[in-house]
Amino acid sequence: MAADDHHSHEHGSELSDLQLRVKALETILTEKGYVDPAALDQIVENAETKIGPHIGARIVARAWSDPGFKRRLLEDASEVVNSLVGFDPVAAHLIAVENTPSRHNVVVCTLCSCYPWSVLGLPPVWYKSAPYRSRAVIDPKGVLAEFGVKLPPETEIRVWDSTAETRFLVLPMRPNGTDGWSEDELARLVTRDSMVGTGLAKSPSELKR
Amino acid sequence: MSNTIHDMGGMHGFGPVVGEPSEPPFHERWEGRVLAMQRAMGATGLWTIDGGRASLETLPPIAYLAASYYARWFLGLERRVVAYGLVGEDEIAAGRSLRPGIRLNRKLTLEDAKANRYTRFDRPAPAPARFKPGDPVKTRNINPTTHTRLPRYARGKLGTVEAVRGCHVFPDSAAIGAGDNPQWLYTVVFPARELWGEAADPAIRVSIEAFEPYLDPA
Repeated sequence: MAADDHHSHEHGSELSDLQLRVKALETILTEKGYVDPAALDQIVENAETKIGPHIGARIVARAWSDPGFKRRLLEDASEVVNSLVGFDPVAAHLIAVENTPSRHNVVVCTLCSCYPWSVLGLPPVWYKSAPYRSRAVIDPKGVLAEFGVKLPPETEIRVWDSTAETRFLVLPMRPNGTDGWSEDELARLVTRDSMVGTGLAKSPSELKR
Repeated sequence: MSNTIHDMGGMHGFGPVVGEPSEPPFHERWEGRVLAMQRAMGATGLWTIDGGRASLETLPPIAYLAASYYARWFLGLERRVVAYGLVGEDEIAAGRSLRPGIRLNRKLTLEDAKANRYTRFDRPAPAPARFKPGDPVKTRNINPTTHTRLPRYARGKLGTVEAVRGCHVFPDSAAIGAGDNPQWLYTVVFPARELWGEAADPAIRVSIEAFEPYLDPA
């Protein structure tokens, strides 16, 4: 997917043409007083350094450790997360969905690429790609297999298509063998993909490798 | 437009999903600049998030598929600033400003960018919600030539209301400049067999976030 959808066409002259057009548009918008380049720099910095899956991982680790926090997270994720994440208020419509032994959740946006930026950062290329957007709703088991996720056949697969401004954060299952771990230690087991539903949290042995 | 290439749910032929280990936030510097310009120009309030999506959806299918995510955003933004009279075609062609800008009501400042606020889309409810969790519903079979967030694969299907998500800006109205027109939003869940036929796996269920005008009682 990465090769077909996002890279092959960007090499060579088309890439430089696009780069030039982007630069020209920024020049025009700046000269006309519509944008402040310092504000643009700040937005890029936010995306590169402030938001990211480390925020979601902290939330998941806290939910694994604190049953009261988990209950409040599943009731109203926006409110709970806003009180935990100091950097900025998250989107007002965050919904946490819990994986259990009988149900596995997967998140997609078939119509564009809606993603919980405030807790996971920018979406990866595969999430925005045509293969994922087209197949997650009709062949979620096939997609999960490509990510190396194997579940018992009777496990319900629940796909959430993000067709409005609500955003979904998957609460993965806590791995076995982590009793007594601190929140910081637990957070290291929580991958981005496990919070989208295309992965599981790492096991303690995977963490060592 | 609604029945265009962006509505991909259930299509075949795009191949496997391939991830990229240690993917950076941006692969090229220009991608970050496009994201920042998109955010900053969105903050002017001249168009809505739905208007922005609608302009991407009017790209010819070949152009949509050929462009990467940020290239697509750029093409949409370039169209929009011209369509809203902010920038002239001649300026795009020249690659520089040829006359002063028009006055904007709002401009994103450095302080705004630092605060990194997210837009809210919930609105006061003009009427009580028509449906409650557990209600059987049938999605409408609509095919508007304007923007909608009811995907094709979920039209005319029997489902169940699972949750009421509050009252939100209605994309179908906001995208065409017809105002917020707030509508109740529901999570509606369908068995995969209802969407894809009897051969589908009974262990799979799919939900959409459906605005009340997309639904009838079943």
